[in-house]
Amino acid sequence: MPDQIPFELEETALRAREHIVRMSGGGGCFIGASLSCVDLLVYLYKRVLHISPDTLQDDERDYLLLSKGHDVPALYSVLVELGFFDAERLKNHLKTTDSIYWHPNREIPGVEFHSGSLGHLLAVGIGIALDIKLRGGDGRVFVVLGDGELNEGSIWEGCLVAAAHKLDNLIVIIDRNGFQANMRTEELLPLEPLDSKFAAFGWSVTTIDGHSFTEMEDAFASVPIFLTRPSALIARTVRGKGLRSLEARSDRWFVKFSEDEIAMLIEELHSGRTTHLASSTLMVR
Amino acid sequence: MHVSYEDALKAIAAANSDVVVMTAENRAAIRNLPRDLGDRFIDVGICEQTLIGAASGLALRGRIPVVHALASFLTLRAFEFIRTDIGIPGLPVKLIGALPGFLSEANGPTHQSLEDIALMRSVPGVQIFCPADEQELVMGLQSIIDSPHPCYVRCNLRERCYKHNSEFHIGKAEIVSEGTDVTILAYGFLFQEALIASALLECRGVSVRLINLRMLEPVDEEVILESARETTLIVSLEDHFQRGGLFSILCELLVSNQLSCNVLPISFDRQWFKPALLDDALEHEGFTGDQIAKRILKVLKEKGGIQCQIPFASTKITRASRSLMSTMLAR
Repeated sequence: MPDQIPFELEETALRAREHIVRMSGGGGCFIGASLSCVDLLVYLYKRVLHISPDTLQDDERDYLLLSKGHDVPALYSVLVELGFFDAERLKNHLKTTDSIYWHPNREIPGVEFHSGSLGHLLAVGIGIALDIKLRGGDGRVFVVLGDGELNEGSIWEGCLVAAAHKLDNLIVIIDRNGFQANMRTEELLPLEPLDSKFAAFGWSVTTIDGHSFTEMEDAFASVPIFLTRPSALIARTVRGKGLRSLEARSDRWFVKFSEDEIAMLIEELHSGRTTHLASSTLMVR
Repeated sequence: MHVSYEDALKAIAAANSDVVVMTAENRAAIRNLPRDLGDRFIDVGICEQTLIGAASGLALRGRIPVVHALASFLTLRAFEFIRTDIGIPGLPVKLIGALPGFLSEANGPTHQSLEDIALMRSVPGVQIFCPADEQELVMGLQSIIDSPHPCYVRCNLRERCYKHNSEFHIGKAEIVSEGTDVTILAYGFLFQEALIASALLECRGVSVRLINLRMLEPVDEEVILESARETTLIVSLEDHFQRGGLFSILCELLVSNQLSCNVLPISFDRQWFKPALLDDALEHEGFTGDQIAKRILKVLKEKGGIQCQIPFASTKITRASRSLMSTMLAR
């Protein structure tokens, strides 16, 4: 029944998107980046990663490191859907009674490492991958990077080091949504041709549609792409994916929506009808 | 008339063609300057180390780079570049660090910058300006840019919290009141809470000397030493780690001058603060004006320096009345 697989994934992704939209009320969140990487996280947690709420401390588990960090509403939403923690807890967003804020915190079950400062978790992932190799383990390390994050020099140091150490248990997924903060990546520091950059650093590279579960199925089934090399999956995505009123806009990075707008946006998730948002609630940082 | 930081910087850059404005993709405060400055606006992307190295190169060629990044990433990630490429040669690069301390709100420890003062004051020759609000930042900007030294600005773009009457001079504090029971030394954003604390303490008969330090390097030593001699208690108030910031500056000054006095540090001892929206974070950590007043009253009572008949609990004020007090004190 191959057709049912994407349907079940799409259901989970839709529920995760609802959680993300709800987190954009109150003090707000980075909604654009969360919506661009959520399909990837759904697929990874449901089909790829050897990790579950029962194996959080297992040395043989796979690791997922969310390096760009500000897309954490997507991670929390997927973790909730997979039963890592209770959905009720998302209502504590930004409250001092919990640790759910604009960047990941390790106190939340399923979060391997905190982030928020860009360009750190490729290096941390290299350390974990090195130890797995040293101990002869089978675990893999997946690091989700933002495309804007590729500005950071530490990323390219990490690319040199991972290739030098032949870390084929390290897989980087680039959420290539084409924006950073309030700009298009190519208007600031052009990244293209991105695949050949990674290839030149000694990585094996595949480019996929980051919203297509069938393309993900093919790509993740064949990682590592090449033995003895780290893998880079460039996932072409759309900032704000799933909400036409937000999609691919430079001003919809960090947002705060009213309760009414959240209700309209959740309706839009299901109907696809574009919501008219009051401009005063849009916040650009 | 209200002048924004962006407009003030634009005017200074218009008058001095050596000024260049740089950023590591942090444009929130300078969004219109690319249009106004053209090629003298340089965005290097999220590359803090290259930002500082390039600023050094521009300064070597006679430019005055005014560089912008989040305080945390500017002072921490690029620290060795600041020390090596700006500090050692003593180049006049102006470092504008955004969202320091509580102003980072719910971003989390990665963004809190509770060690920026400690780091920046460890580099010889770097001046440190901590404006209490945007008005004060604008008041000091020309002097900071004209200074031949590098300078770190703990940026604060919040609206005016006090009618700053005293002129800005490098190394000079603003003396708000000249009481004799307690001195509150404050800088940056928390000055607004110190104002509220001071008003609440005065209502309870405590004579408060409130000092807005403005600069921590060079710091107004004379004002601090006078306070140590003339008041019963000195409070160092800061959204910074206790080690390396104002409390350390105060301790160093007292020891160097063989002075001994009662000191109450209100700062972060050994932990980052709970990430939350500004008012929630302040309350959770005990840094609202009324919470500060309560902490000061308690110590003053212990020291026997004051006879206060009103119970501590009555210092608790609502968020709305705190906001109202802020508005009134700003007039």
